[in-house]
Amino acid sequence: MGPARPTLAQGGADVIDLKALFQPHRIVMMLVFAGVALWCALSLRWDWIPEYLPLALQGIWTTLWLMVASLVLGFLLAVPLGLAQAVGPWYLAAPARAFCTVIRGTPLLLQLWLLYYGLGSLFPQFPWIRSSELWPYLRQAWPYALLALTLSYAGYEGEVMRGAFKGVAKGQLEAAKAYGMPRLTLFRRIWLPQAIRNVLPTLGGETVLQLKATPLVATITVVDIYAVSSRVRSDTFIVYEPLILLAVFYILVAGIIALAFHWLEVRVLGSGQPVRITANTR
Amino acid sequence: METAQAVPPAQPPAPGEVAIEVEDLHKSFGPLEVLKGVSLTARKGDVVAIIGGSGSGKSTMLRCINFLETPSAGKIAIGGEQVRMRPDGSPADRRQIERIRTRLAMVFQQFNLWTHRTLLDNVTEVPVHVLKVPRAQAREQAHELLKRVGLGDRADTYPAYLSGGQQQRAAIARALAVDPAAMLFDEPTSALDPELVGEVLTVIRDLAAEGRTMLLVTHEMKFAREVADHVIYLHQGRIEEQGPPSEVFGNTQSPRLQQFLKSVA
Repeated sequence: MGPARPTLAQGGADVIDLKALFQPHRIVMMLVFAGVALWCALSLRWDWIPEYLPLALQGIWTTLWLMVASLVLGFLLAVPLGLAQAVGPWYLAAPARAFCTVIRGTPLLLQLWLLYYGLGSLFPQFPWIRSSELWPYLRQAWPYALLALTLSYAGYEGEVMRGAFKGVAKGQLEAAKAYGMPRLTLFRRIWLPQAIRNVLPTLGGETVLQLKATPLVATITVVDIYAVSSRVRSDTFIVYEPLILLAVFYILVAGIIALAFHWLEVRVLGSGQPVRITANTR
Repeated sequence: METAQAVPPAQPPAPGEVAIEVEDLHKSFGPLEVLKGVSLTARKGDVVAIIGGSGSGKSTMLRCINFLETPSAGKIAIGGEQVRMRPDGSPADRRQIERIRTRLAMVFQQFNLWTHRTLLDNVTEVPVHVLKVPRAQAREQAHELLKRVGLGDRADTYPAYLSGGQQQRAAIARALAVDPAAMLFDEPTSALDPELVGEVLTVIRDLAAEGRTMLLVTHEMKFAREVADHVIYLHQGRIEEQGPPSEVFGNTQSPRLQQFLKSVA
C-alpha cells in the first residue's frame, strides 16, 4: 500500500485547471496584459540595457545573497529566541522578548542606519579594531546590511517561533519523554519539526517580506538591484523602464519563494495532518 | 539493552523477580495532595489493574512511576534499580531516569503518536534514535510489530488518517518496539468510540497472555477482572482495597468500592 499523501485540503491552486484558464473574462485579462507588455516593449526605451547589464547582474546577485544569508542566519537566531520566550527561565525570556519587541517596534531603515552610521563610525575610533583582520570588511557597507537584515528577520521570526514552540501539543513531547528520549534528541526529532510545520505558511509570507526589505540596503551604499535601477535613472533620466524591470524582478523572486513554500507545505503538511490541526487540542 | 531480537519474545514468567516496586508514594499539586502514600509491587509477568473514580489519583500514580510527574515523596525501583531522587522528589540523575524510561513503555489515553511521522517511523523512532538499534533491523522489527497489532498494511500511513483504535494499536506497537520490562497503560481505551474499544483490548489481552508485565489504569472493569492478576482500587489518593480480581470484584469488602462498582456497572 502506498503512502497516504493527499494534497493539501485547503490552499487551492494545486494544479492549474486549463478549462478555467479559457473562460472569457480570463482571456480578456490575458489579452489586456499582453497588450500592455507589447506596448512597453515597443514604445519604451530599452537601449540602455546592454550597458547596465553587468551591473544589474551584480545587483541581482547582491540582493539574492543578502536575502538568503539573512534568512538563514536570522532563522538560526530565531529558534533560540523563540525557545527562550516559550519555555526559557525569566533571565533568558526577558531579554529575548525585549529584543523582539525593539526590533519589531522600530523601522528597519532606522536599525540599518543606526548600525551603519553608529557602529560604523564608532569602530574606527578603536585602534585594535582598525588593525584587526576584520577591518577590511568592517570598512565596507555590506556587513552592516547583512547584520541589520539578519537581526530584523530574527526579531520577527523569534516571535513566530515562540508561538510555534508553544503550539506543539503537550502529548507529543510527553510521549518522547516517556520513552527516555534525551532532551536534545527530543528537540531535534519532535519539537522543532512540529513547531516549524505549524508556522510554515507564516514563514513563507515573512520570507517574501524579507525580500522586499532588501532595497533599504541601497541607502547605505550597498549596490543591490534597486540601487542599480536608481543609478540608471540618475545617469540617463530614464525613469519608468528600470522601475518596471525592477518590479518584474521582485515579482519573479517572490513567486519563486511562494512556489517553494507551497511545495514544502504540500510535502510536509499534506502528509501528517489532513487539515491544519490547531494545537493545544490535547 | 537486549533489543537486538527482531521481535521481542515474551518474557518467561519468573515469579519472585520484582519488576516495579513503589513504596509510600506521595504526590501533591500545590496544596492538593493527590497521592497520600501508595505502595505497589509488580512481579515479572504480573498484570496489575488500577481502578478508581476520576480524581482518585490512578493516572497520577502511573505517571509518577516513569517520572512524567515528579513524586513529592516515596521510593520507586524498576527492575530492582532504585531511582535516585532529591529530597523534593525530583530525579537526581537525568541519565538514570532516561535509561529507566526506555525500559518502561507507556501507552497514553490520547495515543500521542508523533503526528509528523508515519506509523513505521513512529515505531522505529525510539529504537533508532534512543536505543541506537541499526535502522534496517529496527524497520524489520517495526513491520513485524505492526503486523502483529493488525496494521501491517498501514506502515506508511500518517496517524491522522487512522481511527482511534488503529492509532492506539500503533501506539502499542511503538511500546513493544523498545522491548519494555514493563508496560504502563494509562486508560488506553477511554478516548475511543465504544465500537473501537474491543480491538484495542484484544491486543492488550494477548500481551497479558504472553506474560508481559503491565500496569493498567482502566475504566473497563470486566476487562480488569479478566486479565489482571492483581487489582488495586484507589480512592482519594489511598489504596482502599486490593487483591486478586476474584476477591476484589467477587467479594468486595470496602463499601466505597461496592458503591464505585455499582456506579460503573
